[in-house]
Amino acid sequence: MIINHPHLGPRDASEFSILGDASLINRPDWQAGDADDAFYSYLYLRDNPAGLHRELWFHEQGDRSWLVVTRDTVTHAIIDVALASDIAKAATSKMSKVNAGKKTAAKKTAAKKTAAKKTVAKKTATKRDVT
Amino acid sequence: MSPASLSQKNRITGGLVDRDQPLGFRFDGQHYTGFAGDTLASALLANNVRLVGRSFKYHRPRGILTAGSEEPNALVTIGDGAYQDPNSRATTAQLFDGMTAKSQTKMGLLSFDLMAVNDLLSPLLGAGFYYKTFMWPAAFWEKIYEPIIRKAAGLGSLSGLADPDQYDKGYLHCDLLVIGSGPSGLMAALVAAKSGLQVILADEDFCLGGRLNAERQEIDGMESAAFAALCLAQLAAMDNVRILSKTTVFGAFDHGCYGALERVNEHDANGAIRQIFWHIRSQRCVLAAGATERPIAFSNNDRPGVMLAGAVRTYVNRFGVAPGKRVAIFTNNDDGWATAQDLHAAGVEITAIIDSRTDIAKTPPTGVPTVLGGQIVNTTGRLGLRSVTLNNGAHIPADCLAISGGWSPTVHLTCHQRGRPVWNDAIAGFVPGENLPDGMIVTGAANGVMTLASCLQSGLKAGQQAARDLDRKPAVIKAPRAADESFAIQPFWHVKGSDKKAFVDFQNDVGVKDIKQSHREGFRSVEHLKRYTTLGMATDQGKIANIPGLAILADISGKTIAETGTTIFRPPYTPVPIAAFAGRSRGKDFRPTRLTPSHKWASATGAVFVETGAWLRAQWYPQTGESEWRQSVDREVLATRASVGICDVTTLGKIDIQGRDAAAFLNHVYANGFAKLPVGKTRYGLMLREDGMVMDDGTTARLGETHYIMTTTTANAVGVFRHLEFCRQCLWPELDVQLISVTEQYAQYAVAGPNSRRLLEKLIDSGEDISNEAFPFMACGEISICSGVKARLFRISFSGELAFEIAVPSRYGDAMIRALMAAGEEFGATPYGTEALGVMRIEKGHVAGNELNGQTTARQMGLGRMVSQSKDSIGLVLSRRPELVRDDDYELIGLKPVNSDQPLIAGSHFIAIGASPVAKNDEGWVTSIAYSPHLKSAIGLGYIRRGNNRHGDIVRAVNLLGGQDIKVELCSPHFIDPEGTRLHG
Repeated sequence: MIINHPHLGPRDASEFSILGDASLINRPDWQAGDADDAFYSYLYLRDNPAGLHRELWFHEQGDRSWLVVTRDTVTHAIIDVALASDIAKAATSKMSKVNAGKKTAAKKTAAKKTAAKKTVAKKTATKRDVT
Repeated sequence: MSPASLSQKNRITGGLVDRDQPLGFRFDGQHYTGFAGDTLASALLANNVRLVGRSFKYHRPRGILTAGSEEPNALVTIGDGAYQDPNSRATTAQLFDGMTAKSQTKMGLLSFDLMAVNDLLSPLLGAGFYYKTFMWPAAFWEKIYEPIIRKAAGLGSLSGLADPDQYDKGYLHCDLLVIGSGPSGLMAALVAAKSGLQVILADEDFCLGGRLNAERQEIDGMESAAFAALCLAQLAAMDNVRILSKTTVFGAFDHGCYGALERVNEHDANGAIRQIFWHIRSQRCVLAAGATERPIAFSNNDRPGVMLAGAVRTYVNRFGVAPGKRVAIFTNNDDGWATAQDLHAAGVEITAIIDSRTDIAKTPPTGVPTVLGGQIVNTTGRLGLRSVTLNNGAHIPADCLAISGGWSPTVHLTCHQRGRPVWNDAIAGFVPGENLPDGMIVTGAANGVMTLASCLQSGLKAGQQAARDLDRKPAVIKAPRAADESFAIQPFWHVKGSDKKAFVDFQNDVGVKDIKQSHREGFRSVEHLKRYTTLGMATDQGKIANIPGLAILADISGKTIAETGTTIFRPPYTPVPIAAFAGRSRGKDFRPTRLTPSHKWASATGAVFVETGAWLRAQWYPQTGESEWRQSVDREVLATRASVGICDVTTLGKIDIQGRDAAAFLNHVYANGFAKLPVGKTRYGLMLREDGMVMDDGTTARLGETHYIMTTTTANAVGVFRHLEFCRQCLWPELDVQLISVTEQYAQYAVAGPNSRRLLEKLIDSGEDISNEAFPFMACGEISICSGVKARLFRISFSGELAFEIAVPSRYGDAMIRALMAAGEEFGATPYGTEALGVMRIEKGHVAGNELNGQTTARQMGLGRMVSQSKDSIGLVLSRRPELVRDDDYELIGLKPVNSDQPLIAGSHFIAIGASPVAKNDEGWVTSIAYSPHLKSAIGLGYIRRGNNRHGDIVRAVNLLGGQDIKVELCSPHFIDPEGTRLHG
C-alpha cells in the first residue's frame, strides 16, 4: 500500500507500523465517575468494520508522525490521511467543552446520566466529523 | 543435417531454435541433445521421449500436455544435490548445456512404477477418500496414514540442504507495466512508449512474442515471429522501455504494486544471481496475458502423447519438433483446425480431425479424413498413446492426440483484488469482470479478444488509453495488417458415458467421476467442489482444469456456467520460491547486526558475545585458564563487588526528551511521579501499559530545566519510543515536548564497585567533583573528562554497588573503554558481560525482562506503591481492576535451594510439599536464576501467591521438562546489601 503522508507525500506502507483503531486518540477522563468502564471500553471494545476504518499508523522509518489513515479494509483504498496530532488537538478542544458541561451537570445525580449519554453521542459525532 | 539433428528423431525444419548450438542434457540418467532455444519439454519431444512423469495420486504414466506455465504433468526435478529444484515445469525450463533432470512421483522406474497399483485401486480412491478412510483410529493418522500418504503422493522432494544459490530483491517504478508480449502486449508497449510513458514489458518466456512465435500467421506481409522480433527491436532501442524476459508477474497487489519473479540465471553455480523478486510500482498496467487452452474429458485422456492442440502448434512452429509421427486432432472449435494446417505444412501425418460439431464448413488439408460430430470415447497405449476409439466404434491410430476444448482468457491477475470474471458465451470462457486492480486495462485474448487483427488493435487501444489516463497525448500508430482468423466454438466439455479415468485436473488426478460424486454427496458449490475433490488445488492452480471442471458441474446440476460461477484466483500466478522472497535476507543477513562501541575492543580481549535483539553484547570475558563459563562469570562478579567492574550498557534505549512540558509529559507516561525531580537528579521510572501491566522500566535523568534523558530496557527501546510518540502526538498534543532516540549517539558504560569513584576520578578534568557529597546517589550531570570531552555521568546502579554510568558521544566509545581499562589497571578493573550483570541484579533483587514479561503488575513486583494515585498516567485506571489487586496475588520473592549444591532451573513451578505436580497445585513460578558466588549457592527470583508473607517457607521447585523436583526456601529478593549501604558509599 501507499500512504500519502501529509508532509512527505506518497510513502510505502512498509515504512509504517500500524496500531489500530483511531478511537485510541479519545482517551477517557481518568477522574470521571465511570472511568473504569470508560477505560475498559476504550481499550478493549473496538470496531472492526469491513469497509471504511480510521486507523493509527506510525511513520517509524520516516519522520515519526502518527497518522490517522482512513482506509477501506475490504479494498485497501485509502480515502484520507491526516496528522494524528491535528485530530487529537481538535478532539481535545471539543472534549474540554464537553467535560466543562459535564462538571456542571454532575452536581445533580439525575442529570449526570444524561450528560454521560451526551458525551457518548458527542464522541460519536466527533468521530464522524473527522471521517 | 547436423549430427545433433540426426539424433533427434522428431526434429523437423523451422522454428526459433539454433541448430548451430547443440546442448547436451540428461533425463533420468539418459543422455540427449537439444538446441539453444529449446525448453526441456521440446528437447525431450525432439528425442521422442513422451513419458516424463507419473501422476500424483494414481501414478498413471503422463507426458507433456502443454507448452507453457500451465503444464500439469511434466513436472521434473532439475539439478543435483543442493541445487536440485523439484516440480520444475519442463515446458518452461530453458534448456542449457549439461542440464540434468529427473522424473518424479514414482517408486522404482518411471516405466514400471511400483505405486501404479493405485491406478487399479482407483475405484476406492475417489473424491473425499482421505476424509472418509483415515478417520479412525485417530492415533493412526500421525504414525501410519500420513507418512505413507506423504511418501506415496507428494511431488518432487527438496534436497534438504541449504540453497546455495543467490537471490535478490529489487524495486522498479514505471508509468505502465505491460504484462505479456504477444500481439496485444507488444502493440500496447509500443504505442505507450512512443507516447512518452516509462514502460516495463514483462513476459514469463525467455523468447518474447507470445503466440506470435507459436503460430504461422502473417502480419504486415511477414511471418508473425519476425514481426514480434521487429517490434521487440524497436522497443529495445527506446530509452524509456525496459524489457524483462523470463519474468513472471505473479500478483497484482494494492495501489499499483505488482510482484514479479525474474529467472535471471538458472544454472550458474558461480555465484551469479539466480532469481530476482521485483516489486514493480506502476501507475497503469496493461494485462495482455493471453489465453490458456483447455482439454476435453474422456476415458484415458491422459496418456503420454495427448497434448493440447495449441501446444502441438507451438512445438511444430516455434521449436521445429513434431510431437508425434501420426497425429489425430479432437476439437470443438475452429482453432483445432489451425493445428491441422500447421502440421500439414510441416509434413506431419494427420490421421483424423475429429470435431464434436456437426454443422461446420471447414476444409481439411488434402487427404486428411474428418469426423464431424465425432467424439473420442477411449484411447490405448499404456506408456504412450497408440490409438483413439471413436463413438462410432472406429479406431484411429495416433501417437499424438491434439485436443482443443477452446481457450480461456488468462484472467488471473484481474482477480487479485476481488475481481470476479464473468462468463462470455461467444468465446465460451470467463472474461474479466468489474473491480479490476487499480489502473489495470485488460487487452487482447486475456479480455476475450480471440483473433489476431483484433488483438493488435485492442493492444494499441489499451496503450493509448494508458497514455491518455496519464495526461499524455497518445501516439498514433497504424494497426498492422493481419487477418481475423475464425474462432467459432461450440462448448463441449466431456464425452458423456466415457467417465472412467476421464481426467479434468491432471495434476491432482481429479476426473469427471469425482465431480459427479462430489455433486452427489452434496458438495455442489464450486468452492465446495474445489475443496472436496482438490480440483484446481495443485501447483498449477487449475489453469487448464478449473473451467472444464465447473462446466461439468454446471452440466450435472442443470445450471448454466454463469449461474455456477467460478472460484477465485489468488497470487501467485505460478509458484515463487521462498528463497526469492527472502532474497539476501538469509542467515546473518536476515537483519542488521548492531555492534556496541566497545565491540572491537571486546573482540580483541576474546569476549564471548550473545545476541540481544539485533545487538551483539559481550556475555563474559574468558581469561586464560578458564574452561567453564561459570569460572569467568563468578570471577567478574567477585571482582566487581570487591573492587571495580566495567560493563558496556550502550544497548539500553536512550530517549532525549525536551520541552517546557517535559516534566508533565513524564508524569503521564510513568506511573510514579516525575513532576518534582530536580535538575541534576535521576529517578527510577516504572512505565505501565494502558491495561495496567508493567511495560518497561528504566531511569530518567533531568539534565536541565527542560531537558531529560530517559533509558529503557534494551528489548523495549523501539516499542517504548513508539509508545511515547503516540502519547505525545495522540493523547497530549497540547504539551510542549519533543523526543528523539539517542541510543546510537551515545556509548555508555557502567563502572561499578567500591573503587568505581576512584577510577573515574582519574579521568575527570580538574574542577569536576564526584565525591559522595557533590555527586550523591542518583545524581546526574554533564562532566568534562579526558581533557575536554563532554560526557554525561549518572550515579545509578544495577549491581547494587557504588556505581556510575558514563556516557560519551559514540565516536569516543572505543577510546572510552580503553581509557577506563587503563585507568582501572591499578584497581584490577574487570570488564564484565551480560551474565555477570544478570547475576548481580538477581543478587540485588532488581527486576528485568524475565520479571517484566508483559503479564505482571507493579504490585506483583513489590512496586505497587510507586503507582501514583494522584495524577493521570497511562495504565493507572486499569491497574486498579479487581483481578489486579487480589489479596492472594503473585508477589516477587527470592529463593534458594535448601541443599545449596543443587542448581535451580528458570521456569520451574512452585508446588507445596506433598502435593502432586499438576496445574491445580501450581502456586507460582521461577523467573530468573543465577549462581551467586557470594552466597555460594544458586539463587533465584520468582512469583508466588502471597509471596510477601512467605519468606522462610519451604516449597518445591518442580520442572517436569528439566526433570527436577527440589526443595527451595523462599526469602526476600534482596540477597545482598538489602539496606543499600554499598549504593550510597
